[in-house]
Order: sequence, then structure tokens, then C-alpha cells
Amino acid sequence: MSAATHTGEHRLNTSGIRPGRIVAWTILLLGGLVMVTPLAFMLSTSLKTAGQVYDLRLIPAAPTLANYVEVLSDGRFARWFLNSLGIATVVTVSNVFFDSLVGYTLAKFDFRGRYFVFLAILSTLMIPTEMLVIPWYLMSAQFGWIDSYWGIMFPGMMTAFGTFLMKQFFETIPDDFLEAARIDGLNEFQIWWRVAMPLVTPALSALAIFTFLGNWTAFFWPLIVTTSSELYTLPVGLSSFAVAESIQWEKIMTGVSLATIPTLVVFLLLQRYIVRGVMLAGLKG
Amino acid sequence: MSLRSKRVLWAWSFLAVPIVFYVMIRFYPTLQAFRISFTDWDLLKPPTYIWFDNYVRLFADPAFWKVLRNTFAYLVIGTPVSLVLAFAIAWYLDRVRLMHGFIRALYFLPFLTTAAAMAWVWRWFYQPVPIGVINDALALLGIPQQPFLRSTTQALPAVTVTAIWAGLGFQIIIFLAGLRAIPQTYYEAARIDGLGEWAILRKITLPLLKPTTIFLVVFSSIGFLRIFDQVYNMTTNDPGGPLGSTKPLVLMIYQTAFSSYDMGYATAQTVVLFLILLVISLAQLWLLRAR
Repeated sequence: MSAATHTGEHRLNTSGIRPGRIVAWTILLLGGLVMVTPLAFMLSTSLKTAGQVYDLRLIPAAPTLANYVEVLSDGRFARWFLNSLGIATVVTVSNVFFDSLVGYTLAKFDFRGRYFVFLAILSTLMIPTEMLVIPWYLMSAQFGWIDSYWGIMFPGMMTAFGTFLMKQFFETIPDDFLEAARIDGLNEFQIWWRVAMPLVTPALSALAIFTFLGNWTAFFWPLIVTTSSELYTLPVGLSSFAVAESIQWEKIMTGVSLATIPTLVVFLLLQRYIVRGVMLAGLKG
Repeated sequence: MSLRSKRVLWAWSFLAVPIVFYVMIRFYPTLQAFRISFTDWDLLKPPTYIWFDNYVRLFADPAFWKVLRNTFAYLVIGTPVSLVLAFAIAWYLDRVRLMHGFIRALYFLPFLTTAAAMAWVWRWFYQPVPIGVINDALALLGIPQQPFLRSTTQALPAVTVTAIWAGLGFQIIIFLAGLRAIPQTYYEAARIDGLGEWAILRKITLPLLKPTTIFLVVFSSIGFLRIFDQVYNMTTNDPGGPLGSTKPLVLMIYQTAFSSYDMGYATAQTVVLFLILLVISLAQLWLLRAR
């Protein structure tokens, strides 16, 4: 999606056009279009009136924003949206801070027990969330965390995946860099924050994108720990909204669009970084 | 204090808060999970230890075996289909220059959506005529109508399709990264030796992609074994239905714990899920080591 794609026009490949290539390219493009049909129909139906839902034309005959006005009118969606945004942001900041702090400590400090701490954290990767939700739920009930923002956030504040990812990147930093900063009189915290952190920004952005996306789309734990509508995250709120609207598909599609479109726009803008981040995490992780 | 012990002190102070977190939020709950699985507990009365009774009950429960069969059905359909599709797409996409970024974005977009939200779009797609888009398309083509989510045989594959759809973009990107990591010189040498496209794919590309493929097989298998969001949202009027034909293990856990409040029994189910996932993760380690 850059200038490079345009210069390649009328040329499928440097080795020239062959009929097989054209067929393959066409199938590839059609497959891609099939992949986005659910999104296209979702958006199109959200712009239709109840009477037009059965008309399956992709471009609505008379597009209207009436559904959006109605769905947004009672402020529930705005609340859920802000809940999700706030929760995902706080958890992401926490992970970027703590996962890299721990990853850095395990990569660059030499002390007895380092390997043990590393193995202990790594071992938590083996424990699926599903096994922990019941103890978390009982713990939340005991401490009064049910139906609170903290209750939704606390399980994800640090992750072994993020720690492991950051450790691998900090290991690539030469010790001389840190030694030079030490001679300049920086303390260990400053060395991490001002010298080491700026050197791993690609990994940090990958971690941030993953953590945000994971929390933004999270459903299982928020469904368990929230009971009142004001505390719902967007996926949980949307699910309850869709159940209540039962078969008013244009309303449901409006809700789904509200939950999907803003993030798709943001993530499309960041696509280059996300793709790079997925590749980084997938290969290193 | 020596410089060295000062640094050790720094290290432990950096680790202090995370250690408290991991002990309280990961290790203690893990032990709790095992402990609760040995009790009978409805949250009203204090828990009573019944030791292995929950496990005995689970293995004697026909509902559990049905759920386990469903859970593996998601994996058995989902993992091979999505991996073959993802590889074929990545392999062709890797050679395409024209609109490469645009086509890649089309495939990648669903990965960025929320499963719980998109489940409703798919649910709408699967409705009978005149609402359901897929049945409308079948009608246009003169193909008989399909019940999809209303059928005990079609519902599970129909749900699997939505999970494949959502995960495909991720797998394509990982395969693309793997394909690019193969040095071009290997291909050039193979062409000089007169190998055809098919031979190159079989003798060079696939063997060199083995670590990537193992990672994706395990990653996607674990994903399918933990499926919940799609099933929950596509079958809200009868969760896991029709007649329990789509119910995966995680939904059974959710219902046992938070509808029946049978905490001991639910936790025993989570321990079984943990053991299944553990075997798969260890298989990955073993396969990668054997390389």
C-alpha cells in the first residue's frame, strides 16, 4: 500500500507475465475480497433501515445513520468504549514497564537466583488462563474486586510472554553501552530507562500493540468478573446488547460496527508496525 | 558496599514488585486450582475435601466425553484447514508484487477484529432465507438451503469457519516471515540444477519452514482447544447447542463454575484442559529439539 505497489503495475513479477501468474493473482485477490465480506456486510447493514435488511445489496439504496443515532443515544456504547480504552491502555503501560524491566534485569544483571526467577516466570506460560479464572474469581470476591476496573485488569498487568520477548531483545544490546553510561554516573534505573529502553523501541511497540489488542478483544475474564452494565468492556457490552436486540440485525450490526470500525482504522494506519511486530514476536517468541 | 553487591541489590529491587505479582496472581492461584479440584464446593458452604471424586465423576460423565470430542473436532477441522490455506496464500503472496500490500491487508484485517463481535456477523450470515447472506447466495446458485447453526452436524464446522477466518491473517504473516528467511541462493541453486517449482516447494521450502510450521500447528491447536468467544456468542439462546453439539470444554467450565457454582467440579475440568495443553506444548518442544 505504498508507492512501490504502483510502480509494479502491469508487471506481476520481475520475470514477466504468464497466464498462470495472472490466474493465481486473481484468485489471491478474490480470496482477499471474500475475507473482508463479513466486514463489508456489517457496515452496509448498519446503514440500512429495518425494512432494507432483507435487501442484500452491498451499497444501501438509501444509507442512513439513524441506527447509529439510536444505538448511541443512551450512552451505553460510549461508556463501554471508554472502559475498554482505559483498561487496555493501563494494562499496556503496565506491561511495557514491568515486562521490559524484568526482561532487562534477567538479561543484563548477574546474580544468584537469576536463572531460577527466569524459569519460574517462563513456567507460567504453561498455565492456561482458564485454570486460573476460578481462583481469581474467588480472590476477587474476597477482596471486593468483583465488578471493578482493577478486577478486570489485575490478571494481565504483567505477562511471561512479554518478559520473555523483552529479555531476548535486551540480550542483543552490547554491555559496553551500559558500562559507558555507568561511568557517566547514571544509576541502574536511569541506565535501563534512558539508555537501554530507547534501543529496543521496535520490540516495545510490538509488545504494546499485542497487549493492547489482546485486552481490547478480551472476552472470557471480563465476562466473568463484571456484573453491572456500567463496568462492561466493549465485547461484553456488545454481547449483552446483541442478546437483548435478539433479531434486529441492523441494530446488532450497528453495535458490531461501533466496536470494530474505530480499531480497524487505527490498526490499518499502524499496519506496517503490526505486521513487523507479529513477525518479530512470532519468530522470537 | 562493593559495586557488585550494589548491582545485585538493584536487580532484586527491580524484581520485587514483579515477584509479588507472579506469586500472588500466577503461582498461588495455580496451587489453588489443584486444591479446589479436590473439593466439593458450591460457595455457600465451606469446601469439603472429596479428593479424586471430581475426576472420577468427570470421566464417568457422558457430557464430558461429548464436550471433549467437540473440543478436538474444532482442532481436527480448524488446524489443518487453516494451515493449508495460510501456507498456500502466503506462498503465492510472497511472489506477488502488484498490490502486494493491499492484498496482504485484506487477509490480515480479520485478525484485528474482536471475536465476540464478529461472531454476531457470522451468526447473521448463517440464518435461513431471507435474512442469511450465505443461504441467499445458495438460493441464487440453485443449491439447497442449509440449516448451519440449527443443525447438530453443521453447527460445529460453521463455528470453526469463523475461527479460521479470524486467525488466517496471523498465520499468513508468520508464514511470510518464514518464507523470507529462506536465503534466495538456495532457490537459485535449485533452478540451476533444473528443479521444477513443485520439486523446489517439496525439497527446499517445506523442509526449511519446518520450525515455522511446528510453531503454527501448536499455536493454532491451542487456540482451537480453548475456543469460547465464538461459540458463546453464536449460540446464546442455547449455549453450546443445538443439543450440546458445539459445546467446547471452556464453555462447559464456564457453565459448571458460573451457572451451577459447582467450583470443585469446574476446577477439575480446568486441570484436564491444562494437562491436554501441556502435552501439546511438550510435543512442540520435543519436535523442535529433534531437529
